[in-house]
Amino acid sequence: MQFGLTEEQQMITDTVRTFVEKEIYPHEALIEQTGEVPHELAQEIKQKTIDLGFYACNFPETVGCAGLNHLEFALVERELGRGSMALNHFFGRPQNILMACEGDQIDCYLMPAVRGERMDALAMTEPGAGSDIRGMKCTALREGGDWVVNGTKHFISGADHADFIIVFIATGEDQTPKGPKKRITAFLVDRGTPGFTIRDGYKSVSHRGYKNMVLEFDDCRLPDAQVLGEVDGGFAVMNTWLYATRITVATMSVGRARRVFDYALDYAAEREQFGQKIGKFQGISFQIADMITEIDAADLLTLAAANRLDAGLPANREIASAKLYASEMLSRVTDAAIQIHGGMGLMDDYPLERFWRDARVERIWDGTSEIQRHIISRELLRAMGA
Amino acid sequence: MKVLVPVKRVIDYNVKVRVKADGSGVDLANVKMSMNPFDEIAVEQAIRLREAGKADEIVAVSIGVKQAQETLRTALAMGADRAILIEATDDVQTDIEPLAVAKLLKAVIDAEQPGLVLAGKQAIDNDMNATGQMLSALLGWSQATYASELDIDGDSAIVTREVDGGLQTIKVSMPTIVTVDLRLNEPRYASLPNIMKAKRKPMDMKTAADYDVDISPRLEITATTEPSTRAAGIIVASVDELIEKLKDAGAI
Ligand SMILES: Cc1cc2nc3c(=O)[nH]c(=O)nc-3n(C[C@H](O)[C@H](O)[C@H](O)COP(=O)(O)OP(=O)(O)OC[C@H]3O[C@@H](n4cnc5c(N)ncnc54)[C@H](O)[C@@H]3O)c2cc1C
Repeated sequence: MQFGLTEEQQMITDTVRTFVEKEIYPHEALIEQTGEVPHELAQEIKQKTIDLGFYACNFPETVGCAGLNHLEFALVERELGRGSMALNHFFGRPQNILMACEGDQIDCYLMPAVRGERMDALAMTEPGAGSDIRGMKCTALREGGDWVVNGTKHFISGADHADFIIVFIATGEDQTPKGPKKRITAFLVDRGTPGFTIRDGYKSVSHRGYKNMVLEFDDCRLPDAQVLGEVDGGFAVMNTWLYATRITVATMSVGRARRVFDYALDYAAEREQFGQKIGKFQGISFQIADMITEIDAADLLTLAAANRLDAGLPANREIASAKLYASEMLSRVTDAAIQIHGGMGLMDDYPLERFWRDARVERIWDGTSEIQRHIISRELLRAMGA
Repeated sequence: MKVLVPVKRVIDYNVKVRVKADGSGVDLANVKMSMNPFDEIAVEQAIRLREAGKADEIVAVSIGVKQAQETLRTALAMGADRAILIEATDDVQTDIEPLAVAKLLKAVIDAEQPGLVLAGKQAIDNDMNATGQMLSALLGWSQATYASELDIDGDSAIVTREVDGGLQTIKVSMPTIVTVDLRLNEPRYASLPNIMKAKRKPMDMKTAADYDVDISPRLEITATTEPSTRAAGIIVASVDELIEKLKDAGAI
């Protein structure tokens, strides 16, 4: 067993940490106030990331990228997790599902995405279909060799900045003993395609400035050339390429928790009540002990899951455990950090109320905690015939 | 021209420094260590000279514990061409004194024959501000300290120095030792491709014994104490009150 980082991995971690501290932290207050990322700032962060060779570092060397493995990429995202989601969105990490591009799609979507020339977003969720993706209503029907799409997607992150969106759409239905089952296809949809609108979504309590958008399809015509992967092969591309994305939530939760922890530790060591540092009270010090223990546990769980992927081992359950535990840990840690700060923890003089709000979504997106528990338990129980 | 850049592994500038319970020094166990920020500026300047075609090789040297390899690897990832580690102690708490460092650097310089040594003006751990000057004396080379601008012009270096009264520009003959100040440049981040390449760049592993230099300490630290905490201030209601308080304190 090997627990240490290599020199390169340590340098990657240090470089991204310094980048986040110098290029992201100073702008966070502005994003909180306005809920918008100024265009020039977005471009600046993107250009710096490109210049540093970190843009699309989750993509392989064959497309001109750094080809980091899952563990190394988790380290990058762990450090990014410390900073504002709205801003670190421009430390671009396109969806690696784009590796499924074929033929002209490579020059139209994959290459511009990894070079930072075009930004992507990914859309599955609908108002009526969240955890139950197969319940989607957004449908593409065959018409004169093309597809005609109607329906609505919501909660689509980053679609405000996206030049194109990878959209999962129902392309048919199979009758099974358990009832009808949707066939699903992934499509590449360009902003500006007639019949396709991207509009503002809801105001979220978490991650101000990292907007979620609504996508509307109204008799939107898409040729076959826009199909990513195979027709009716949506679940296949999803399983191949989106399998690992839950690690993102886990590792970013760990990074953010460490940032929050440092605030709590400092405050416990400095704030005095009843003539002594509050850290001297066991009620506070034990909270500190529990926080760091949980953070370290989540960190190890996450890196171990990433490491399994690199080793080519099945990791579905381990990724689900990491996503579940790290996101729930973050909620507990941000809550405890506010408790340690007392009333000041709730005031926007400190970023703690923001971390607390931001933490909430981690237990919901990319599969809710309940869905992760479902994945974990199903894998164990199904093997027992239950 | 070859540029030699000495780099020191020091406590990270973001770390809250804690004095050890016995007062013998600063606690360095389990503390984040980084390259001395002034040395980072020196590495950056060397890279800029190479990019401007005025230098062709950058050699980074570190003297200290084996872990200083990481510091050298950072210099390589920023863009240095090769590195030399001189292991001089195996105790992270031991600081090699400026004179010993200068003597070891002289030995490296005798072998490497660089045209320029670019060093930090001081290390942020002990703030000695002495190594560059001592090295200059040992070598009999010219020196230009506190550089905030540097230009190489044939056989001379034109250096703008940050001195108490303002800026002073001097011309020194090469080879020379320039110690760099904060405003000389803003060091780059190591790019991901360069981080990946750093591993393949050569690093010579030496020990102090290889150079036959006496590095035994000549200084004795008698006590290390925390800086005294600032007393709480007061808020005054008016300018008149402020003037009164300042008069009371004998400040005006
Ligand atoms: C800010 C934000 C950004 C998002 N970005 C994107 C995006 O970019 N692209 C995208 O496609 N989606 C995105 N999502 C959608 C996100 O993945 C979904 O919100 C999530 O999958 C849950 O779906 P839902 O919100 O419809 O909740 P529901 O599925 O309606 O769940 C409601 C509750 O029921 C529980 N539940 C549901 N099924 C079960 C079950 N089988 N067993 C036990 N409990 C169950 C859930 O855990 C939850 O507690 C985003 C969401 C948010 C909030």
